[in-house]
Amino acid sequence: MQYWIIQTLNSLALGGLLFLLAAGFSLIFGLMRIANLTHGSLYMLGAYVGVTILKFVPNLWLAALIGGAVIAVFGGLIERFILRALAGNALGQVLVTLGISFIVADFCLIVWGGDPIPVQTPLALQQPLRIGGVAFPTYRLVVLAIAVVTAIVLYVLMERTRIGAMIRAGVDDMPMARAVGIPVSKLFTAVFCLGAGLAGAGGIIGGPIMSAYPGLDADMLPLALIVVILGGIGSLLGAFVGSFVIGAIYTFGTALLPDLAYVILFLPMIVVIAFRPRGLFGRRTV
Amino acid sequence: MTKWARWIVLAAGLAALPWVAGEYYVNLTSQIFIAAIFAASLNLLVGYGGLPSLGHASWLGLAAYLSAWMSLKLGLGHWATAPAALLATTLVACAFGWISLRATGLGFLMITLALSQVLWGTAYRWVSVTDGDNGLRGLTRPAPFGWSLDSAASFYYFALAVTVVAIFLMAMFVASPFGAALRGTRDQPRRMSALGHDVWTIRWVTFVYSGFWGAVSGLLFVYYNKYIHPASLSITSSAEALLGVIAGGSGTLAGPIVGAAIIMLLKNYVSAYVERWNMLMGFVFVLIVIFVPEGVVPGARRLWARWRAR
Repeated sequence: MQYWIIQTLNSLALGGLLFLLAAGFSLIFGLMRIANLTHGSLYMLGAYVGVTILKFVPNLWLAALIGGAVIAVFGGLIERFILRALAGNALGQVLVTLGISFIVADFCLIVWGGDPIPVQTPLALQQPLRIGGVAFPTYRLVVLAIAVVTAIVLYVLMERTRIGAMIRAGVDDMPMARAVGIPVSKLFTAVFCLGAGLAGAGGIIGGPIMSAYPGLDADMLPLALIVVILGGIGSLLGAFVGSFVIGAIYTFGTALLPDLAYVILFLPMIVVIAFRPRGLFGRRTV
Repeated sequence: MTKWARWIVLAAGLAALPWVAGEYYVNLTSQIFIAAIFAASLNLLVGYGGLPSLGHASWLGLAAYLSAWMSLKLGLGHWATAPAALLATTLVACAFGWISLRATGLGFLMITLALSQVLWGTAYRWVSVTDGDNGLRGLTRPAPFGWSLDSAASFYYFALAVTVVAIFLMAMFVASPFGAALRGTRDQPRRMSALGHDVWTIRWVTFVYSGFWGAVSGLLFVYYNKYIHPASLSITSSAEALLGVIAGGSGTLAGPIVGAAIIMLLKNYVSAYVERWNMLMGFVFVLIVIFVPEGVVPGARRLWARWRAR
């Protein structure tokens, strides 16, 4: 009983972290038609930057805000100075993000070394929550809550505000959006910063669960890719549902069949691609 | 005449290399051959099919792992493992192609990347089969017709022969009517479809063919190293091949060969001085995509044509 509760919470927490990563990835792909392969690296960079910030600011949440902002600025710089130079060359843009991801990965290795760096769980959340004799790991519940709140905020932003309407217009039909005077170019930068910031903050918030280690980027990027393929590109709801599905499959797969966890991951993706290539909630085929 | 003379000089130079160069250079050239087959097979998809794959390491790694696993755990000889590994890898390519080609463009790129990451993760995690991070070691090189490949020179000739056959067959593929149809699907898929060509099948056949030659390079790779590690299945390995194709010039025959040679030389020479190969590769990637997007071979050809026209 206790074991299954912990596994379930693990899967929900991983799903929440995946959502922070995949939501930005999905929006960036949907709006800019860029498969941003630095996204896993931004997550890892966020985790490492968070480790450093925590040395000066002994509060994880403050560190996540600061770190998220740092990574958002970094993402904005990539978008403004590199991706912008390759406008219209989608393959070139993807290859550049791949190149940057190698640079970031090696940079992290130089600066923070090759050993995993654990991140302390905030003291107030270290005690498990006891309800009816069953212990719930508090921090994982908090991560889940953060993801749900983020999802709601993003939903309101996308569906209920003017900026959200402009982004949706850009996702659906960019030339037409430009033609009616929507500043698509500024939205690009804003969405890229937002996505990068979410990924970076996700890395820090995920720190107490996953710690910061070399290869974190390569572990997270495929999960985000599968989430987005599963949920549908540019769809927030798709990213949300996909994240928790993949989080659950990965966690229970690792627990039950540790050898083949990665193979199991790929089954839902095949089913979805075979029957619904645009993903569960996608509006456009990839 | 001059064209033939050039070929003869090239052939004589390649054949004479083990006599004039030291073992280090012979081995380096063998590695370049392997990388060249690998990049050329990827070029069929990227250059001629317009299908950017970021999962090509699957074929190299899968064939290498299958061959290694069958000889270590099943105790089979090379006469059995080589064809079985090629066949099994090609069958997996049939399946992966079927899945990935549900999409084109960046969707295709993401799906190939996700699929290859699944194989990579499996190689890391399925320790009972793959020995995980330790990799599979204790392998041998085959001895075709009793000809031992253990010396650097004999492996060099073996790799050279395989490379010549592979490049020739890939060139034939591209030059054939099918190759013309493939280029048609790259440039004008809708028109090709309207003309009655089955665009999806053309792409799928190319995917499988490309996977087959990737598997051939994988066998050479595992014979050369006598060792296989999950890193060969990683995104870095796929990216190196893609970088070779793009650096050399995608959609040309010589491009990927030149590109693979450049990458291999960079990797060997630079890693002797700097530890940061990944970072350097990242920078090369960024610089090439921004400044020489057409690749070195078409770029050089353009300069040559301009010089001739002077």
